[in-house]
Amino acid sequence: MAKQSLGEKLADISEKTKSSQAWNSIFRPGSIFRKGYSDSPRNRSYVVMNSLIYHLHPVKVKRHAVKVSYTLCLGGLSFFLFILLTVTGIFLMFFYRPTAAQAWDDIYTLQTSVTFGLFVRNMHRWTAHLMVLTVFLHMARVFYHGAYKAPREFNWVIGVILLTLTLLLSFTGYLLPWDQLALWAVTVGTNMMGYTPVFGDQVRFVLLGGVEIGTDTLLRWYVLHVLMLPFVAVIFMAIHFWRVRKDGGISGPL
Amino acid sequence: MAEIPEHLLKRAEEAKARAGAESEGEPVPNEATETKVPEELLDRTKAAGDRDTTLATKESGTQVEPPQLPAPTGSGPAGHTQRLLTVVKSGSIQDVKLKPVDKVHVWPHLLVVEFVAALAITAFSTVFSIFVNAPLLELANFNQTPNPSKAPWYFLGLQELLTMFHPMVAGVTIPGLALFLLILAPYIDRNPSNKPEDRKFAISLMTIHLMFWAVLVMIGSFFRGPGFNFIFPWADGLFFEL
Repeated sequence: MAKQSLGEKLADISEKTKSSQAWNSIFRPGSIFRKGYSDSPRNRSYVVMNSLIYHLHPVKVKRHAVKVSYTLCLGGLSFFLFILLTVTGIFLMFFYRPTAAQAWDDIYTLQTSVTFGLFVRNMHRWTAHLMVLTVFLHMARVFYHGAYKAPREFNWVIGVILLTLTLLLSFTGYLLPWDQLALWAVTVGTNMMGYTPVFGDQVRFVLLGGVEIGTDTLLRWYVLHVLMLPFVAVIFMAIHFWRVRKDGGISGPL
Repeated sequence: MAEIPEHLLKRAEEAKARAGAESEGEPVPNEATETKVPEELLDRTKAAGDRDTTLATKESGTQVEPPQLPAPTGSGPAGHTQRLLTVVKSGSIQDVKLKPVDKVHVWPHLLVVEFVAALAITAFSTVFSIFVNAPLLELANFNQTPNPSKAPWYFLGLQELLTMFHPMVAGVTIPGLALFLLILAPYIDRNPSNKPEDRKFAISLMTIHLMFWAVLVMIGSFFRGPGFNFIFPWADGLFFEL
């Protein structure tokens, strides 16, 4: 066989690259990286169909569903805030140790000596409060539009569970700075749970990891806050979004 | 009138020419029969026909006439491959359940809105986080109870109830019941309409419920001072940390 010239070799490599799976998924039809994207109905469909967006949205939705005045974007914003909280939360985890001896000092050091530490902590706290608000308003919006009615009953149930999970996520995070505000807010909250009928003391013991709030409580709530509750919430969110599409998109128009 | 594609026009021309030639008495070899059905398949069909006849004879004992197989043709009279039998309106044979709805593409109409909303809330929380710092009080101290001690704001409604009821009622029964009824809402409210004028009762009830919590949370947040006593925030100051 004749020896290939350099030009032939290059042409060969270029052809192999262009027929590879990676190349074709980056420069797929509808991709913004593909040369010559033009605004056509075909390409508009490809943008959704050939990307991750297809997990969340169909190619087309009812015209009234894109009106901001109908949904106020509350559900989407709740999800987006959850993502923001995950990102800022991961950053905070690098600088935090959940023990009574170290937690407060870690937060203090984070605020004073870590680049963007104070900013990211502020962001995490304020978006957390904001998320409680948007989830609550989302529930009110859905109720006032009668969107919990058939065939969406089950999705409403999932939604109420997600509201509860959001409150629990926020409440478990409240203890972590281990300052006076955290300690006594959680004392008030868990004392209330101790009044659960029949097994109140047991509920309180499991939640606190002991009879009093202490370093065990901190570890317990930390694991709940960064791992278990987000894990459960993500599962319920996946079901929630899937049900929205399964039940024929968002409700309405009124 | 819709434009007829060129290849169809051409095919129609050919068929017309062939039909014209046939009617003039010059038999044109039917290409379709010769080319489209291979010989061996025709043979097989004939063999199958014979077998059926013998089987039928064995079972019933009577002679069955071998079925007259029509010569297979690829085209109908005058070269047409299909014949129009009748025209049926779609409504009379199809039960169309789904009414066509006005739809728009998710890209760009919905995704742009979502993107702008996400951008706006990111900008808002960024600016807010630059100017307002999250509270970090002094290290937790079990021996020094702050006065007042308050729960996080979303639980202040419950803490407010604690001043009125036994802790089991305020902390467990009322919120538990509220959550339970909320979950059951779609199963209690069987009214299928989503029009506000048809569901005045449901809307009133929910509004009262939401206002109940909103008012309690606000009282707990702003109108409770040392000893969790009632205060006016403009007179006695704010006792509230987020």
